[in-house]
Parts: sequence; C-alpha cells; structure tokens
Amino acid sequence: MSVLLAMIRRDLLLVMRRKSEVLTALFFFVVVTSLFPLGIGADTALLRKIAPGVIWVAALLSTLLGLQRMFAADYADGALEQIALSPQPMVLLVAGKMIAHWMVCGLPLVILAPIIGIQFDLDTSSLYILMGTLLLGTPVLSLLGSIGAALTLGVRGGSVLMSLLVLPLYIPVLIFGAGAVYANSVGLDTSGHFSLLGALLILALAFVPWVTAAAVKIAIE
Amino acid sequence: MTDTNNFDKNRLVNWFKLSSPSTFYPVAGKLIPFFWVLTAIFGLAGLWVSFFVAPVDAVQGQGYRIIFIHVPASWMSMFIYLVMAAWAGLGLIFNTRLSAMMAQALAPIGAWMAFLSLWTGAFWGKPMWGAWWVWDARLTSELILLFLYLGFIALQASIDNPRRADKAGAILALVGVVNVPIIYFSVKWWNTLHQGASVSLTKAPAMAQTMLLGMLLMALCFWMYTIAVGLMRVRAIILEREAHTDWVRQLDEVKV
Amino acid sequence: MWNSPAEFFAMGGYALYVWCSFGVCLAVLLFEPLSICARNKAIIRRLKQEQLAEQFDKEGSQ
Repeated sequence: MSVLLAMIRRDLLLVMRRKSEVLTALFFFVVVTSLFPLGIGADTALLRKIAPGVIWVAALLSTLLGLQRMFAADYADGALEQIALSPQPMVLLVAGKMIAHWMVCGLPLVILAPIIGIQFDLDTSSLYILMGTLLLGTPVLSLLGSIGAALTLGVRGGSVLMSLLVLPLYIPVLIFGAGAVYANSVGLDTSGHFSLLGALLILALAFVPWVTAAAVKIAIE
Repeated sequence: MTDTNNFDKNRLVNWFKLSSPSTFYPVAGKLIPFFWVLTAIFGLAGLWVSFFVAPVDAVQGQGYRIIFIHVPASWMSMFIYLVMAAWAGLGLIFNTRLSAMMAQALAPIGAWMAFLSLWTGAFWGKPMWGAWWVWDARLTSELILLFLYLGFIALQASIDNPRRADKAGAILALVGVVNVPIIYFSVKWWNTLHQGASVSLTKAPAMAQTMLLGMLLMALCFWMYTIAVGLMRVRAIILEREAHTDWVRQLDEVKV
Repeated sequence: MWNSPAEFFAMGGYALYVWCSFGVCLAVLLFEPLSICARNKAIIRRLKQEQLAEQFDKEGSQ
C-alpha cells in the first residue's frame, strides 16, 4: 500500500514541477468544447442535445493528450527501467502511476465539466449526471489508455498510434457516459448506465494493471 | 539432436516440432495448393447456389444476393480476429516466434474481410434502406473491428524490434478480444436507444434453406481462402525474419 | 431461373449494387495472393543478391 502511495506522491511531485503539461491538456478540453458552438451555431436547443456527446468526446481527447506523460518521460531518462527492476511489485507501481494520472488529468475534468455544461445550457440534474458519469468514466479512460501508452513507448509516431489503438477501447465508456446524460435530459432512468459504467470500472481495475505491467516490461526489454 | 523431420513415422504429430519456422516452411508450402483447391470448390459451389439455386426474395428482389458475400465476410472477420488473438496469445505464453508470425499473417486478411463486410453492407443498404451508411449495430461494430485490425497492423509495423512487436501486438490482440463483446453489446444498446426498432441489416425473417446453404458454402470458401493466403503470407514473413539463418540460405529458391 | 444472360446481368434492376459488391470482393480476393507473391519474389531476390555479394567478397579476398 505504501508503495502505491509513494508512487502516486512521486508522480504528483513531478507534475507539480511541470504544471504546464497538465494545464495545457485541461485547457485543450475547454477550447475544444468551445469550438463546437462556434462551429454549429448558438441554438440552445441543439447545443443541449449535442452537449453530452461533445463534452464526453472532448474528455476522451484531452485524456489522450495527457496519456503521453504517463510513461514517456520516465522511459526517456531510464527511470522506468529502475522502477521495473525494483523489488516492489510492478503492478502496484503501475497502478500508482495510473491513479496519479487520473488525479491530474481526469479529476479536473470532472470539476470543469459543469462549467462547460452550463455553456451548453444543460439543466442542473443533467449536470450532476454528467459529473457522475465522468467520475466513473475517467478512471476507466486512464486505465485503458495506460495500455496504449505502454505499448507505444519509444515508438516513432507513438502518440498518434496510441490514439488509434486506444480510441476503439474507449467507445463503450463514451456510449454509456454520454448516453446517461442524454437519457436524463429526456427523462429516462439512468441507473442502468451507471451500473454498466461501474461494471466497466471494476473490470478495468481488476485486469488492466496487470496488462499494463506486462506491456511496460515488454517495452523495456 | 534426434531427427526432427519424422512426420511419416509418427502418426501423432508433435505440435511443438512444427513450431520451428524451418520445419513449418516446407509443410506450409505443401498445404497451400490443397487449400486453394478447396477454396475453388467451395467458391464455385457457393456461387452456383447464390446465383442459380437460391430463389428471388419476395421483399428485396434480386438485390438480396449480396448477402452471400456480406454475411460470410462478417463471420470471417470476427472469426479471424479470434484466431489471430489465439495465435498471438500462444506466442506470448510459449514464446514461439511462429505463432506470432501466424497472427501477423492473418491480420491483413481479417482487415480486408471487415472492409468487404462494410463495403457490401453499404451496397446492400443503399437500395434496401436508401442510405449508403446506417448506424446499424452490426455495421458499427464491424467498423470498430476494422479499427482494431488496423491498430494491430499499425502497432506491429511501427515497432522495429520484431520480438517486441510480436509481444506488444499479442497484448493488443488479447485486449481487443476481451473488448469486442463489450463493444458489440454497448453499440447494440446504443443503437436501440437512439434509433428505436429499426430493421437490422442481417435479420432475415425466414431464411430459405437454399439461402443458408449458399451462405455456408461461401463462408467455407472464405475460410479455405483465409488459410491459403495466411499460409502464403506466413511463408513470406518467415523468409523475411529468418533471412540470415542457414536453412533459409540452403533453400532451393534462394540458393545461388 | 434466369431467362437470358441479359436478365442475369441486370439482376432485376440491382445490377450496380450486386456487381459492385461481388466485383470488389473478387478484386480484393485476387489482390491479396498477388501482393504476397510479389513480396515473396522481392525477399527471394534480395536473399539471392546477398548470397552473391558474399560469394563475391569471399572470392575477392582470396
């Protein structure tokens, strides 16, 4: 447990020294969501309808931007090899990195989302649902994305390739997350969506750390 | 080291002996024409049934005959993904190069099958449902499957070290295999929510026996084709990756 | 079933769709083995050239 916390603390410390990397990803989220009304027009009814999809897709894309950071810097300066060689279980170290990534890239999205939601004229209950789905969904995004980040470590054109690999895996989260907000806006029940999102989160937590640890080991060899 | 090429003596082939590229290469070479013949037989039989035996559909007229390549292509695209992931997984577990090469050989065919499924689906949908593309659950899942194939191929192409490419591809394929049912289920659910009860492109109310027979024959034809082309491609991959070994230099086609 | 070849090719008005589908299918299924043959020839040519170059080196250094 302390291994996990130590890893989280280390990553958060590194982020604090280079705040700009993280802030640019969040800024990207805000800019992209603002582009849609500029491109489509300010018709509030239309904006309310597209809001769940737009906000969720922007969340996906900005998570992808932040994923580069998870392993690349450590891989480049050799720290990742030291981490892999340490006697601590690799799974815990990798899980710590994922949690730190989520705290830095996913959690701020959850906090920013209501503000964006207001820009799209979503009503209050939909805003709560939006935050809830993002709260459950962004950890899954960080988890699944870490697989792509580990597989494409040090590969030429790795960041674009990572997006191609990871985005299909994100589709169920997108469907249930945006679907929940849409369902709420038309008055349908959203408990099914949340259960499925929760199930995806549990599945991801149960399997992905091991997969990512294996992928990191393969990348380091 | 005892004689490793004693297939005639042993009825029960030791599969691990086959996992060496040097023993597999000639075996594959002998099998390929056999599978081409099967492809031709099933293909001709299937086309015969598709065009000359299966009756006209009451609702869709002659246009429904596209089903005889659309459905087999879809089946094959999904089946090949499973087989590819299985080979990649075997390569990861047993650390055999040949299994990974097999997965690498199957990926392009699977991608083409997914593409054909989408293409024929579009050409079927246009006359029947008036649109080139509908966000039908099956078609959308097929599109995502194509993305998964392309991702696998792209990943392997971009990693220089072949062994690392094998293992990374294997992890990606296995993750994909687990995700395909999840993606399919979520897309199906999404489809019913946003489109209501729409006619599914592949739901045919009562399939005439001949139609099923035609689809089955074409599916078998595609399957034999996949094996034939897969074996051909794996031989090319073996030559490329084992280029500096002695046995390759001694091959008839390569020896100077 | 078909009264004439013309009827067969017309496919009851769906000719464009049916033949484009089957045509592209055939094209893809033919393209694959041909491209693999080309790939095979390229690698074999390269290996032959490498062997020739080695022989040349060996003879040259003797």
